[in-house]
Amino acid sequence: MSVTPATQTRDTILEVKNLKTYFFTEDGVVKAVDGVDFSVKAGEVLGLVGESGCGKSVSSFSILRLVGVPGKIVEGEIFFEGQDILKLSKDEMVKMRGDRISMIFQQPQSSLNPVFRVGEQVAEVLELHKGIKKKEAWARAVELLTLVGIPDPKKKAYAYPHELSGGQAQRVIIAMALALSPKLLIADEPTTALDVTIQAQILDLINELREKTDTAVILITHDLGIIAETADRVAVMYAGEIVEFANVEPIFEKPLHPYTQGLIGSIPVLGNVVARLEVIPGLVPNLIDLPPGCRFEPRCLLRQKYGLEVCARREPELVEVTKNHKVRCWLYTDSDEHSAPLKVE
Amino acid sequence: MSDQPGTNKINKQADLLVVNHLKKYFPVKTGVLKRVSGHLLAVDDVSFSVKSGETLGLVGESGCGKTTIGRTILRLTEPTAGSVNFDGKEVFDLKGDALKALRRDMQIIFQDPYASLDPRLRIGNSVMEGLEIHKIGNKQDRYQMAVDMLKKVGLEDYHSRRYPHEFSGGQRQRIGIARALTLKPRFIVCDEPVSALDVSIQSQVLNILKDLQDEFGLTYLFIAHNLGVVEHISNRVAVMYLGKMVELADRDELFRSPLHPYTQALMSAIPIPNPKLKRERIILKGDVPSPLNPPTGCRFHPRCPIAVAECALKEPPFVEKKPGHSVACWLA
Ligand SMILES: Nc1ncnc2c1ncn2[C@@H]1O[C@H](COP(=O)(O)OP(=O)(O)O)[C@@H](O)[C@H]1O
Ligand code: SF4
Ligand SMILES: [Mg+2]
Repeated sequence: MSVTPATQTRDTILEVKNLKTYFFTEDGVVKAVDGVDFSVKAGEVLGLVGESGCGKSVSSFSILRLVGVPGKIVEGEIFFEGQDILKLSKDEMVKMRGDRISMIFQQPQSSLNPVFRVGEQVAEVLELHKGIKKKEAWARAVELLTLVGIPDPKKKAYAYPHELSGGQAQRVIIAMALALSPKLLIADEPTTALDVTIQAQILDLINELREKTDTAVILITHDLGIIAETADRVAVMYAGEIVEFANVEPIFEKPLHPYTQGLIGSIPVLGNVVARLEVIPGLVPNLIDLPPGCRFEPRCLLRQKYGLEVCARREPELVEVTKNHKVRCWLYTDSDEHSAPLKVE
Repeated sequence: MSDQPGTNKINKQADLLVVNHLKKYFPVKTGVLKRVSGHLLAVDDVSFSVKSGETLGLVGESGCGKTTIGRTILRLTEPTAGSVNFDGKEVFDLKGDALKALRRDMQIIFQDPYASLDPRLRIGNSVMEGLEIHKIGNKQDRYQMAVDMLKKVGLEDYHSRRYPHEFSGGQRQRIGIARALTLKPRFIVCDEPVSALDVSIQSQVLNILKDLQDEFGLTYLFIAHNLGVVEHISNRVAVMYLGKMVELADRDELFRSPLHPYTQALMSAIPIPNPKLKRERIILKGDVPSPLNPPTGCRFHPRCPIAVAECALKEPPFVEKKPGHSVACWLA
């Protein structure tokens, strides 16, 4: 799936096309991910940001094919290094998850097996996926634990997961990822459960990992600060869709979508005190019963300001309105019933 | 110095709450016989005051003792030592009716409003519970007061007839606020009131808290681990580390010239939503040690980037280095 070097300098390693993952519940069909498109290039950090429930985690679970009942990928294609992940057999998928795609979750303890020593778990990864012999694997595991900054690694290798702090457990997971030098690392709220000084350590480590192994990272978080400091490109999600997609600077300097603007205005930024924070009125829509037009329409202040009628009736598409900057909003795209009030050079 | 109207007025105002040498040790029991084998030093000799009408922010990482301070002030947890004076009354000496009267004046808002709401009670009834306990008005008055308070936090009449599970996290937090306010308290401990909320909902709740403070002249002790939130809402800010207060100053003074190396590290660790800003980050080594067995000397010394030999031996006192700016560090 590599793109010609003339248009893009790096190879695209992951391409998600029109992904739809729904949950078939008693109350109705929850459209958790509803037509998501994005790509990830080798070695980059793609930030996926949005409020809880907007579909970030389900998107990542879909890429890993870890969506369980009552969830189902109902449409779409996911190409990883040219292969359609959705067409792989179960065994091939398990191998892919170990060899080339790694993941870090918010609760590190949940990715570790509680009854095995952490050294064994890192060593096992090396034995299984790298064919390294048991004894050597243990020594290499201790090396990796040292590398990720576990204190007293020789001793800590014998610890069980519950004996580690949250930050240490997250380091062990990163050690496993390092062991594999994966092409893609999916990090889903990797620091949300941690204190800020520990968060800084872990983000630093993820950055190091990426530099050492040229691993691409999909970084999922609700924290715009982390996105600004870590991501190269950013996808903003709202109610199961990507509403804006651009390089990190324009996302913060010239956010186009009213939701992105509202989100940025509503965070209290350290060192920049404002008298009053901006507010996005109302609540995120119910994913079972979505608004017929733009999903943000019931909360959108700009729609009111510009008196756009079309928003309540028709869904806008994600459109590239200026180079490498896509937005899903009628303010920037014409329809046959209105002409866009805002233009972007 | 501050862009917050009224800060100067507050500075001249009297202390509403004075906390002196407060300690709270939790006994740790081990073995089959559950013998007390040690103590967890959750709050270890902390002194500060809160001025009438101000918001004092209390920040620090999990387990540093913030919640325990709030709960001890309200006598939801009994202290090990020290005193709390509220508006001239010694809180720890109060009993019976006097204690009951105090409970009207001091309220708390929790991080998880869901846990504090009875799932079987309609919201209107939950909100008027306090009025019932204190026998204020008749049933009809109480219901009306509850509905009025719900309106003040942006909810509607009909919400009063619904149950907690029918609300979103942000709405539940507003209910928690309405509930804390029906008794017209003067002092409120806000314990991580927005930490569990999404950012767009956070700002709604923060704005409501500010509006209510202006309207009712409330005094807040605002506990949070998010420095951005604390900076936004506070007049003064105190920083805690492992059961100790390490720094206290006016908001702008603290954020512009933090003196304690822990405060400095904490600030530099906060990711800022500006990709152009390239900051030198102070990365602290290691985990936060256990309050069960805190380090000798300055409790921060094993992680401190500038510690000297003395720091491991002697505990630095909490002293006023500049007017209104106190810090506990040998090198500050
Ligand atoms: N009832 C209790 N029994 C034993 N330990 C407790 C109890 N309540 C709190 N602690 C401990 O006291 C320390 C401080 O806790 P807390 O006041 O909750 O800090 P924070 O609010 O900053 O997270 C923590 O180590 C916590 O585990
Ligand atoms: S399409 Fe209309 S309602 Fe939706 S975000 Fe744009 S202006 Fe607002
Ligand atoms: Mg707490």
